[in-house]
Amino acid sequence: MNFDFSDDQKLLKDQANKFLQDKCDLTVVRRILDGDELYEADVWKGIVEMGWTGTAIPEEYGGIGLGHLELCMIAEELGRSLAPVPFSSSVYLATEALLIAASEDQKQKYLPALAAGEMIGTLALNEGTQAATPRTIKASYSGGKISGTKLPVPDGDIANFAVVAVKTGSGSDEGAISLAVVDLTGEGVTRTPVTTLDPTRNLSNITFDNAPAELVGAEGSGWSTIRQVLDRAAVLTAFEQVGGADAALNTAKEYALGRYAFGRPIASFQAIKHKLADMYIKNELARSNSYYGAWALSTNAPDLPAAAAGARIAATDAFNFAAKENIQTHGGMGFTWEFDCHLFYRRAKLLSVSLGSALSWKDKLVSELEKRNAA
Amino acid sequence: MDFEDTPEEAEIRAEIRAWLSENAGKFDEGRDRSRPLTGREVIERSKAWQKIKADAGYAAITWPKEYGGMGGTSMQNVIYGQEEAKFNMPGNLFLIGIGMAMPTLMVHGTPEQRERFIRPALYGEEVWCQLFSEPGAGSDLANVRTRAEKDGDEWVVNGQKIWTSGAHYSDWGILVARTDPTKPKHKGLSYFLVDMKAPGVEAKPITQISGAHHFNEVYFENLRIPDSMRVGAEGDGWQVALTTLMNERQAVGNMGSSVGIEEFIELARQTELADGPAIRNAAVREKIADWHIQSEGLKYIRFMSLTALSRGETPSPRASISKAVNAPRKQDLSAFAMELMDLGGIVRDRELSPFRGRFQEEWIAAPGIRIAGGTDEIMRNIIAERVLGLPGDVRVDKDTPFNEQPTGF
Repeated sequence: MNFDFSDDQKLLKDQANKFLQDKCDLTVVRRILDGDELYEADVWKGIVEMGWTGTAIPEEYGGIGLGHLELCMIAEELGRSLAPVPFSSSVYLATEALLIAASEDQKQKYLPALAAGEMIGTLALNEGTQAATPRTIKASYSGGKISGTKLPVPDGDIANFAVVAVKTGSGSDEGAISLAVVDLTGEGVTRTPVTTLDPTRNLSNITFDNAPAELVGAEGSGWSTIRQVLDRAAVLTAFEQVGGADAALNTAKEYALGRYAFGRPIASFQAIKHKLADMYIKNELARSNSYYGAWALSTNAPDLPAAAAGARIAATDAFNFAAKENIQTHGGMGFTWEFDCHLFYRRAKLLSVSLGSALSWKDKLVSELEKRNAA
Repeated sequence: MDFEDTPEEAEIRAEIRAWLSENAGKFDEGRDRSRPLTGREVIERSKAWQKIKADAGYAAITWPKEYGGMGGTSMQNVIYGQEEAKFNMPGNLFLIGIGMAMPTLMVHGTPEQRERFIRPALYGEEVWCQLFSEPGAGSDLANVRTRAEKDGDEWVVNGQKIWTSGAHYSDWGILVARTDPTKPKHKGLSYFLVDMKAPGVEAKPITQISGAHHFNEVYFENLRIPDSMRVGAEGDGWQVALTTLMNERQAVGNMGSSVGIEEFIELARQTELADGPAIRNAAVREKIADWHIQSEGLKYIRFMSLTALSRGETPSPRASISKAVNAPRKQDLSAFAMELMDLGGIVRDRELSPFRGRFQEEWIAAPGIRIAGGTDEIMRNIIAERVLGLPGDVRVDKDTPFNEQPTGF
């Protein structure tokens, strides 16, 4: 049994942790929260220099050709630090979509630029305040142009290009959906940042009006690619959530140890102890489910859809719970702008509704389990 | 990252498999399977298998060789357990003797005590029980009131214990009793070995809410114990008991589930609700997903612990969440299964109920699992204090003499 990350992978995690502690503590996150910048450019520059953006890109496309296990380690640390950078959009979504479905020419064009940080990509799925499904996607593609509105698009105001889910068929089934890559700085594209509950990450309202686009993968294969991308991104995001949940628990613990009420640290009251124990329980369930997800992702196991859903559900639950109970542990101070608790609360919710809600992942997980039971 | 044995582990597993297929295979040859075994036969069968294991060195793999063990690693022990579990072998009878009492004697016992007790326990000749809990000492175990008073070189014991598994067929018991009530509660206790067949010991079965009898009350009336049966110094009983309890955590693993998600999914497929098969109902699906990530999470935590053991490292304390997750989950799952069956859910009848009534049996047993071996609440205290490092509770009774403390029921 060797159900653990390797020493090299853990070393990478330690390095990521040190870099982010040094360059991206919560005062840096607050700068994005309070200012007009869309992301923290210095931190991003450092991330690119260390090669993190090319972690899972093969060397032939300019990456460093490590793999998804290494990426999981980096993700956990990015999650812990709440780093305000477009890493997930560019690396878990755009890069993975291209790795799965792009033509050789497209790979040559985009992947080395993504690895080198010369380009930032994203995936544009949602169209308004409902889940993206083959029925709700209305943006259309024909004759090398796309039209329609995507809202919200993660890091859409930062990215240079987007892989966009578009309708190419007439029906409402999966076969009607394709993916197209669009230059977001080119003609026919209008972008506006959206006001959100987590201003430390950018979300954009993008309108395409006959914007030049190129299909990624065969026409009608878009939804199948999206499913694979979401499974991969779910595992990587779960590691971000585990990192964030750990940080929230740690914050709550430190506060409870230092805050005195009724003549003793509040950490000595069972109501608080049990709350923190419950956070720990959820965090460890999230971590172990995510480890399995990491294994399934790195080996491209047939069980990846179930493993990704399990990681996603457990990690979403853990981070949401830790973030809200961290505020509760802080009492009134946790509700102030000055304390950092709300940064976790905001990010937990952003990650929770990214990639589809817990409800949809639960439904998907049970469908996988039904298949398993039938087999 | 993989789930494979190391080459050394694979070799040990192959050895163990070969031994088991030879010995476990022929163990039950000729047994009359047309009727269930009687209680006495179950005990005899357990003892017989224990002797075979002890002769081969498998009865206590991690014990040092000087005590008849194999001097093996925890990982070897785990591998043996995994392989033996593939056969339907008896086992639990010696959990307290081998898993708890003897390791305590190895640390705190006298040479005479070790000489007298370890080998018979190992070979299954003597069965042990645990005489710790009392009606007024459960989670607060140090609150025991059973008195042991010195009389020459003997102790006279009076009082009552409760929740003693197997008291009626045990040969010996480990006892914590109060020897000095004028000291604060942790300091006035001593630890003894009790001959369960001695005059003055009486075991009475407890009927659980399920109707089953797994536990006993044990009454002591002027039971006389020679001082040579005291373990550790007078007044050091709490320290000795802690050694036992630490071993209890290692000995009492995951209590197996009789029904799980697979059965639940099957039930939900077969059962119609007003809007169609239960498996298509969103609330049902959400429940299944929640239970799945709990059971899977615990499974992978076990894998992480095994990985540490395999490397000769101490496993992370995260395994301590297992009981706190598993016990309420069993209750929730079985209760929800009964809801699916509507009024029929209350029927307890192997012939009428789906899965031969296992959901119903799980549900009626579940409250006990949330309490036994550390309640949900105590498990959270343990996580908070030992894993997260939060302060212990304020103890108002810590320094007061035991006989001056207020008592409730």
